[in-house]
Amino acid sequence: MGAAISLRECVSLSGRFPLLAGLSLEVREGEVVHLRGPNGAGKSSLLRLCAGLVPVVSGSAVVLGHDLRTDRHSVRREVGLLGHSGFLYDDLSVERNVRFAVRAARADPGQVEGALRRLGLDGRLRHVPVARLSAGQRRRVSLAVLVARRPRLWLLDEPHAGLDQDGRAELDQLVVEARAAGSTVVLASHELERASAVSDRVVGLAGGRVVAASLCEGRVAGEVGSDVA
Amino acid sequence: MLRDAWLVAGKDLRIEVRSKVALGQVAPFAFVVVLLFGLALGPAVGRGSVLSAAAPGLFWVAVLLATVLAVQRSFAVEAADGAADGLRLSGLDPAGVFLGKAAAVAGQLLVLELFLAAAVSLVYDRHLSALVVLAASCVTATIGLVAAGVLYGVVSMGARQRETLLPLLFFPLVAPILLGATKLWGEALAGAPGRGSGWLELLGAFAVAYCAIGVVAFGPLLEEA
Repeated sequence: MGAAISLRECVSLSGRFPLLAGLSLEVREGEVVHLRGPNGAGKSSLLRLCAGLVPVVSGSAVVLGHDLRTDRHSVRREVGLLGHSGFLYDDLSVERNVRFAVRAARADPGQVEGALRRLGLDGRLRHVPVARLSAGQRRRVSLAVLVARRPRLWLLDEPHAGLDQDGRAELDQLVVEARAAGSTVVLASHELERASAVSDRVVGLAGGRVVAASLCEGRVAGEVGSDVA
Repeated sequence: MLRDAWLVAGKDLRIEVRSKVALGQVAPFAFVVVLLFGLALGPAVGRGSVLSAAAPGLFWVAVLLATVLAVQRSFAVEAADGAADGLRLSGLDPAGVFLGKAAAVAGQLLVLELFLAAAVSLVYDRHLSALVVLAASCVTATIGLVAAGVLYGVVSMGARQRETLLPLLFFPLVAPILLGATKLWGEALAGAPGRGSGWLELLGAFAVAYCAIGVVAFGPLLEEA
């Protein structure tokens, strides 16, 4: 399998502040990678860079075959980012939010019903404006968007935050199913045991660089990608 | 591009129907402006009064102020919950996003102008004549105003001072539209709509120019916002 993400000496800035300071990482297609690190390590910046939201200042960055130095737009339709924000419209209903995101991404609208049902958002809840939902329910709506869109690359930033126990278990199951369907998943999480349990590899970040990498229990070297620290 | 424009316009209009901000805040604000001008310039006593003479300009100033509010509202919904990032990630054609947002705001403003014109006629005691010319000026001027507004709306979206930045950037840019629309309305209400054809052409030229600039520039500006 080829590389879904290939970053070499990647530098990204916010103004003059370095977000990523020469980060190198390779993630194979179909792999699940758990990003670890303290606050400010660069986990969210790495996910945003892979989503084409953050410019690459130097180094090389190729995601799903798209060179992010020359074209950050083409990759966006193929990735699904679950960030700190939910990217939702408060005044639209749950169903309208999911339908808008799916139609905007030119995904199959036929997947919406299944996604709502999967995340427990069918029934009366589908008609409720997102503004009236709890944080956990809003998270479920954002996840429903990803499930309905079926992106090739899932970028999950603290995906367990706000979810109850059932929601967390459901999320873990979604990651397993995404991997089984051939999608690549990169998740940044402080839920160390839970995230590692569904991952092939753990990558440690600090100061905008990869500082450690290890295979998760039960995974075999050669089946997964590599990191260049 | 047109498919994306339709999608975004539908989304924005649906949000307005649900939130009723345009109905509950923008429209009352515009009517209050018309009423306040009426109080400030005195009671209308026929066609020779100051208020009556100033009616075209006052109408368009009220529309201009309402445009700022409507555009700010249009981008406030994108700023909440990181929806602007969602818009960038969506893969929508930026030109389509521009046209969609502009169409949604223009639709709201045109409905507002209909009722505002009736209010001006009533409060300022001006009989509305040459309705076709008035309607044409409303359509062309509104397109120009909204195109410029949406263009600067995305510029100010990410700024901390966005509430003051938008009018600061917007008002100088649309001064020619305000002038042209006021002159055209003045001629039409004076019973000589034919004399305003040059102003109508000017409004059309600005509408086309601002739309063209918006289609080209909105994408890079959205990236920087």
